[in-house]
Amino acid sequence: MRTLLFEIKESMLMALKAIRANKVRSLLTMLGIVIGIWAVVVMSTAIKGIDNSFQNGISALGTDVLYIDRWAWFTNEDWWKLRARRNIKMEDFEKFKELAKLPDAVAPVINSNQTIKYGDRRVESVFINGSNSDYVKTTNFTFSMGRFYSEVESKSSRYVTVIGSEIAKNLFPRGDALDKTIKIGGVNFQVVGVLAEQGSFILGPWNPDNLVYVPIGTIFKHFLGRAWNSITINVRAQNPAMLAETKMEAEGVMRKVRGLTISDENDFSINQQEGLIDNYNSVVGVIQIAGLFITGLSLFVGAIGIMNIMFVSVKERTREIGIRKAIGAKKRTVLGQFLLESSSICLIGGFIGLILAVLTSLMINQFIPTSVQYDAVVIAILVSLVTGVIAGLAPAYTAAKMDPVEALRYE
Amino acid sequence: MNIINIEHIARVYQVGSEEVHALSDVSLRIDKNEYVAIMGPSGSGKSTLMNMLGCLDTPTSGKYDFNGMSVSDMSDNQLAGIRNKEIGFVFQTFNLLARSDALHNVELPLIYAGVSYAERRERAEQSLIDVGLKDRMHHKPNELSGGQRQRVAVARALVTRPSIILADEPTGNLDSKTGEEIMVLFTEIHDKGNTIILVTHEEYIAEHAARIIRLRDGLIEKDELVSNRKIPKIQVATR
Repeated sequence: MRTLLFEIKESMLMALKAIRANKVRSLLTMLGIVIGIWAVVVMSTAIKGIDNSFQNGISALGTDVLYIDRWAWFTNEDWWKLRARRNIKMEDFEKFKELAKLPDAVAPVINSNQTIKYGDRRVESVFINGSNSDYVKTTNFTFSMGRFYSEVESKSSRYVTVIGSEIAKNLFPRGDALDKTIKIGGVNFQVVGVLAEQGSFILGPWNPDNLVYVPIGTIFKHFLGRAWNSITINVRAQNPAMLAETKMEAEGVMRKVRGLTISDENDFSINQQEGLIDNYNSVVGVIQIAGLFITGLSLFVGAIGIMNIMFVSVKERTREIGIRKAIGAKKRTVLGQFLLESSSICLIGGFIGLILAVLTSLMINQFIPTSVQYDAVVIAILVSLVTGVIAGLAPAYTAAKMDPVEALRYE
Repeated sequence: MNIINIEHIARVYQVGSEEVHALSDVSLRIDKNEYVAIMGPSGSGKSTLMNMLGCLDTPTSGKYDFNGMSVSDMSDNQLAGIRNKEIGFVFQTFNLLARSDALHNVELPLIYAGVSYAERRERAEQSLIDVGLKDRMHHKPNELSGGQRQRVAVARALVTRPSIILADEPTGNLDSKTGEEIMVLFTEIHDKGNTIILVTHEEYIAEHAARIIRLRDGLIEKDELVSNRKIPKIQVATR
């Protein structure tokens, strides 16, 4: 036991000496591992970051909300078939609301793209969400200031608005948005509420933080014709467990509202977040596998570099191996020495790669919220260690089984 | 008491399809505190015999007992243990680790033997003092002269207090004056009670020993005591 300990210490010392004696060579060899570990860690960190953002963002939409729309979010249907569908109108919504008994809340939604201004500050092409006061019940919104517009305000189409946190930041850097009058597409609206931060960048323009909410009547009056545009009906189930039941009812009610006969196909789609998640998961799954494969490949190439240089090192030091064997080094001693050398190279490379990866993810963090996961750190160190051992195994074994007589004679 | 007892050993190498009999049939006994020289022209099998005696190689047939232990049946790891504890090697080309200083080179066998740090430091230092290198402990081999390197090698061979010292042409890479100094050192070591086996092809080096074994064609040609043994004067100046 004690002998083993001394042998390990001796091997460590020798490994470091060998690395120092061939500085340039060791550095170049290490570079393969540095790049490999860097790529793997940055890749997994970025994927994790995107994933977290998505999960956060998607939950802002609510897991228990159905979106009845003329369009399907994800479909294998031909586009022209969907295009032939009739618009969903406000009248459809009114009838739906009357007939559907299960939903917790139902709200009509239409979006218009407008420029908004306050003084000389402006934000271009903002989605303006038009709905009624029930809309807030179909979301999980929280407010940093004020409130959502009221039933009276939405019924009488008052010029009141609730703005997302990003919009508020842009128009009112000092945070004094409440009760101010802003121009939406040239029309004056009074700010009655500001949302707290809700979603995430992953939803892009649909991020609730980037939206402005107004009563639906004002949209029809100023921005979009009532007759020519299709609305979405947001339906919130009482709880996630009742989503399927609510969906079934919604389909039946909607068919009735639209006057479809038994032989008619649905001329609307009921979308839900789940579809988005499924779609996302399948896309990200592919990216993840491809990414890890490619970065893993670079690590593999690095490992081949290590193995190559270890073979050279063993060959060069044949004589040294002979000497060590002659004065009593056992097979396992020689094996351990070279394994330690290759793992040291890999570990040092792994650490450097990890430090670079942390720096890189700090840089990426400016654009996508990422954070290096602790498990990624542990895995990176383990992977570089295992790489070192595997890459060193064949060369070290060659060294260990050398005949001392032959090795001593080697010039 | 025999340290080495060899009975009818042979070593056959396979070179291509041909069998080469490096040693045909050699029997040999060496006692404690003997000073033996093994001589012979190249191809006589003396290197093979030395490798055999040094447990670097095992015989194809025959029996080799070392201190009563049957070496011919040992595994590689057991042989490594014997080499570590029982045999001290001195080579023609010194065979020191180039990147390590003298002290670490001498320490190395003790590391493999599992001797504690404090003890092996002390023993390695004493061993270097014994060969006259008190001031050269932290020099690397390339900072030492040929003679000094060979002294480091001798110190390394002695540090484990082995049963035999096995020297293979120890003066082969040295000029005659330095070579003579090394032979003085060997005589001293022998006088302290060590067993020395010296492999050489030079008569005047072999004559430092008390017994000369001459090999030819894989067989012992002659095994005789030296009548006119050279007892080198200990030259104080070299110490």
